[in-house]
Amino acid sequence: MKKLDRRLLQRLFVLALGVLVVACGGRDYQTKGIERLLPDLSFRLIGESGQMMTEEDLRGGPTVVFFGFTHCPDVCPTAMARIAAATEAAGQGLDSDLQVLFVSVDPGRDDPQKLARYTDFFSDRVVGATADVETLRELTKRYRATFGYDEPNEFGDYNVSHSSAMYVFDADGDARALFRPSDSVAAMAADLRRIAGG
Amino acid sequence: MNTLVEWLRPWEPSAPVFIACALAVGLYAAGMMRGARPGFWAALSYFTGVGLIYAVTQTHYDYYSQFLFAAHRLQHLILHHLGPFLIALSMPSAVLAAGLPATVRQWPRGRLKPLFRGLRVIYRILQQPFIAGFLFVGLIYFWLTPEIHFDAMLSLDLYWFMNWTMVVDGLLFWWLIFERGDGGITPRLSPGRRILVLALIMPPQIALGAYITFSGQNLFEIYDVCGRAFPIDPMLDQQIGGLITWIPAAMMSVAAAIIVLAFRLERDDEKA
Repeated sequence: MKKLDRRLLQRLFVLALGVLVVACGGRDYQTKGIERLLPDLSFRLIGESGQMMTEEDLRGGPTVVFFGFTHCPDVCPTAMARIAAATEAAGQGLDSDLQVLFVSVDPGRDDPQKLARYTDFFSDRVVGATADVETLRELTKRYRATFGYDEPNEFGDYNVSHSSAMYVFDADGDARALFRPSDSVAAMAADLRRIAGG
Repeated sequence: MNTLVEWLRPWEPSAPVFIACALAVGLYAAGMMRGARPGFWAALSYFTGVGLIYAVTQTHYDYYSQFLFAAHRLQHLILHHLGPFLIALSMPSAVLAAGLPATVRQWPRGRLKPLFRGLRVIYRILQQPFIAGFLFVGLIYFWLTPEIHFDAMLSLDLYWFMNWTMVVDGLLFWWLIFERGDGGITPRLSPGRRILVLALIMPPQIALGAYITFSGQNLFEIYDVCGRAFPIDPMLDQQIGGLITWIPAAMMSVAAAIIVLAFRLERDDEKA
């Protein structure tokens, strides 16, 4: 009896570890699969037109969400250039309704007009939005991300720490993939095609 | 005042953690009121252990744990080492049992007997010294495997699962090390075997901490991906986290070995 219990326990332990590792995020993604790891797309922000914007405004195709700020010297322009290149590389296989939502976590400096000028520079697919800090805090928390502000220098400039990932949601708003800075444009394009295909 | 309220407010409120901590404090207090006399230092050790576990999971400190590697390592040092260490050191089972309603105390002998028998088998297996030591170190390695760490910090459910496994395993391990008094179902190891187990768990923790500290590459990408609580050099964050994994974690073994020896000497004095 004791031997049986012990063997059963060993098997359960191995099974639990296996399930835990396999269940995390889904497989077959060339970037990072996040199915079931993060909640679906939901937000209330101020869009580039100054009007309220929600996830319903982006329904119909996949949505890529990025948290950044327009004064960002490196991470944000690089991420926007990479996602623009990935959507282009995805080409014909990509749902034409795919949109990239650039959420500014620096509402003190980024107003809707500034966001519009910034996003237009990268691609027609990129739209900007922001909100007050409290709303942004809730939204980033929902996606397990955060941001923080450095002390301003003598010119009033300050650095902002923020997420460097792009969160990809499918047409139904379900979280599907996470694009990290280390993911290649080709891998991002392949996963965008896959997510756009359903 | 506002700052204090902000700090006391949980970043991610967790009902199971809150209930577990409230039960732990309530039962102990009830046991004392019903006549159990644990002594001042035992009670202080117990309440400090529970309080520390609550503080790193249900206050604003948890925010830093989620968005700074160094703060995360300190959180796990408390959840896996210091908190359970202090709780087990106080050997609270008699006080907690006195705090339980009489009907609950009868459960292991009543209709739930088969369930408790099964739990006892599992507990005895987990408390085999080799398995206990392996689990203690293995869990640290498991949750610090970069891919697994990534998922655990990304998913709120996995995050809580990870923290629970650390606390439960910490309690099991330190309970085995400090077990004393009237015999229960925990295997009673000789002082020498306890010190051997404590010595064996040190090198893997030191190796892991040193590897993280001296690694030239950013091992835990999740903190870049999700953002850090404030702008800090990622490598500095990783180095501080590595040092916390390395030095204080290993020092806990030394502290525990001294305590085990002190208990032994105390027993010898009593016999003499």
